[in-house]
Amino acid sequence: MTSGVPLWTSPGNGGAARASVRPDALLHGAQSMHEPAAVLTRANVAATRNAAVDVRDLSLTFATADGAVEALSGVNLQIAEGEFVSFIGPSGCGKTTLLRLIADLERPTAGALTVNGVSAEEARLNRAYGYVFQAPALYPWRSIEKNVMLPLEIMGFSKTERRERAGRYLALVNLSGFERKFPWQLSGGMQQRVSIARALSFDPALLLMDEPFGALDEISRDHLNEQLLRLWDKTNKTVVFVTHSIPEAVFLSTKVVVMSPRPGRIIDVIDCDFPRDRTLEIRDTPEFIKVAHRVRMGLRSGHSYDE
Amino acid sequence: MTNSTVALSRPAAHWRHPALTRHAPVIVVVLALIAVWYVAAVLMNIGLVRDAFQRQEIHYTIGDLISASLNAKRPLLPAPHQILATFAVDVFGWPVTSPRSLVYHSWVTLSATFVGFLIGAAFGIVLAVLIVHLRTLQKSLLPWIIGSQMVPILAVAPIVIVVLGSIGLRGLLPKSIISAYLSFFPVTIGMVKGLNSPDPIQRDLMRTWSATPAQIFWKLRWPSAVPFLFASLKVSVTISLIGAIVGELPTGAQAGIGARLLAGSYYGQTVQIWAALLAASLLAAGLVGLVGLTERLVQRRMGAQP
Repeated sequence: MTSGVPLWTSPGNGGAARASVRPDALLHGAQSMHEPAAVLTRANVAATRNAAVDVRDLSLTFATADGAVEALSGVNLQIAEGEFVSFIGPSGCGKTTLLRLIADLERPTAGALTVNGVSAEEARLNRAYGYVFQAPALYPWRSIEKNVMLPLEIMGFSKTERRERAGRYLALVNLSGFERKFPWQLSGGMQQRVSIARALSFDPALLLMDEPFGALDEISRDHLNEQLLRLWDKTNKTVVFVTHSIPEAVFLSTKVVVMSPRPGRIIDVIDCDFPRDRTLEIRDTPEFIKVAHRVRMGLRSGHSYDE
Repeated sequence: MTNSTVALSRPAAHWRHPALTRHAPVIVVVLALIAVWYVAAVLMNIGLVRDAFQRQEIHYTIGDLISASLNAKRPLLPAPHQILATFAVDVFGWPVTSPRSLVYHSWVTLSATFVGFLIGAAFGIVLAVLIVHLRTLQKSLLPWIIGSQMVPILAVAPIVIVVLGSIGLRGLLPKSIISAYLSFFPVTIGMVKGLNSPDPIQRDLMRTWSATPAQIFWKLRWPSAVPFLFASLKVSVTISLIGAIVGELPTGAQAGIGARLLAGSYYGQTVQIWAALLAASLLAAGLVGLVGLTERLVQRRMGAQP
């Protein structure tokens, strides 16, 4: 992952070239799973910008009782390693569906999709990503520590390794001391932090988050946003983040993907060049407001009022 | 003035004793039932008693009639105190190994119930696991399972006993099989529901971790089904008892609560029948209590909200 990685994924490279180096990429993907992410410095991330996610002409049509529904139509998107990309759009624009496609929880009806250079299914089988859902979805019969250890149990980590990692990642989300508690004893925000620790526990290079803070109050949400940014800065993971909050998307992201419904499609991709160690204060700067305005305009143009 | 308030409030405080207020509804209902029972016993037995008095040409008053109908030897409906007295004699009046002891008969039925319950619960769980994992089985098996419970057990029980008897199986096992036949059903229905109870996000999580079907079963489906399992087991354990008693009826078994009921009805010993019924209901309550206790212990280990 750090060196010797082919630079075939630079934008503009054809599909054929990508296909030819697949086995190599698979090997690297497998290695990176157990490699401590902290080894990566900011400099060499910039030097090795591989596509963590590459989406070409992707479409998904659901067959329902009252006919086919086009959830996504002709979506193109490249997400480089180490980026923080947000999908924003009104309900029904397919942002969650796109995330589920990347996670291989849905299958596309047309188009090509690679994650870490391999198919989405292979990436899932390689345990390439951690997924955080809208709800914490902790298993109520497991203590907080055992919830974080669950993916590690499934992936066959040793008992000492499981305990060590659970402690480390609970500390990362500021939940040390809660190991023996059960989910019902924690607030919603704390539960969601546990689910983030759980998604990080096996150290995937890619973190997929589906409106993780959607059910929380503004104050907890701000706080968790800042924590998430620190975490992303520290670990150099690639984050794909679904939200319907403009300030959240602009504050967190290096790239905001604006989507529109019926059919679900991308209408704008906006770069946010704020420093990685940004704080909540930047939300009051003219630059921030300008980007937020552009996102809002994008959302407005994509929304058809005549229905 | 203060004195009178204290004096007035003292009996009231007595009535509000926590133990009393908590159990008051139960006590009231039990007392009401006993009262109704006594009235019913008088009304049902008074005809018999009057006839007996008239046959023997004894002079009687209303008081005589009432007291005689509550203490008849073979009443249509025995009074509660008669049942309790017989029950006490049957339970405590004989050594527990004696065929006249209700403890002995209860144990015979209880052992068949235990075996039947274990077979039934295990069979019910296995069926549910198969149904949940094999879609074709759900369509092909479920109608038969439901159909099996529509057959009146009193009609099937003699067939089972005779068939098993002809291949040399007698005593405990045939009764247990009838008991299991009845008791697997609630377990199957409850466990199918329970094993399917994890919500979509919990299942998606397992998929994101590429968990194997066995891991999904042991780490998600099974723990999710545990509350459903205990609800089913509570129903199932009482039905097991009924199954064991029914299994004792067709053969005219020598021992067991069923045998006791049968003997009582042959000889018109209504009080004995009621005493055996009381024993059966106490057993059922004990069994449900035991399942409930296990449930509480298991749920505490699984971090249930107290």
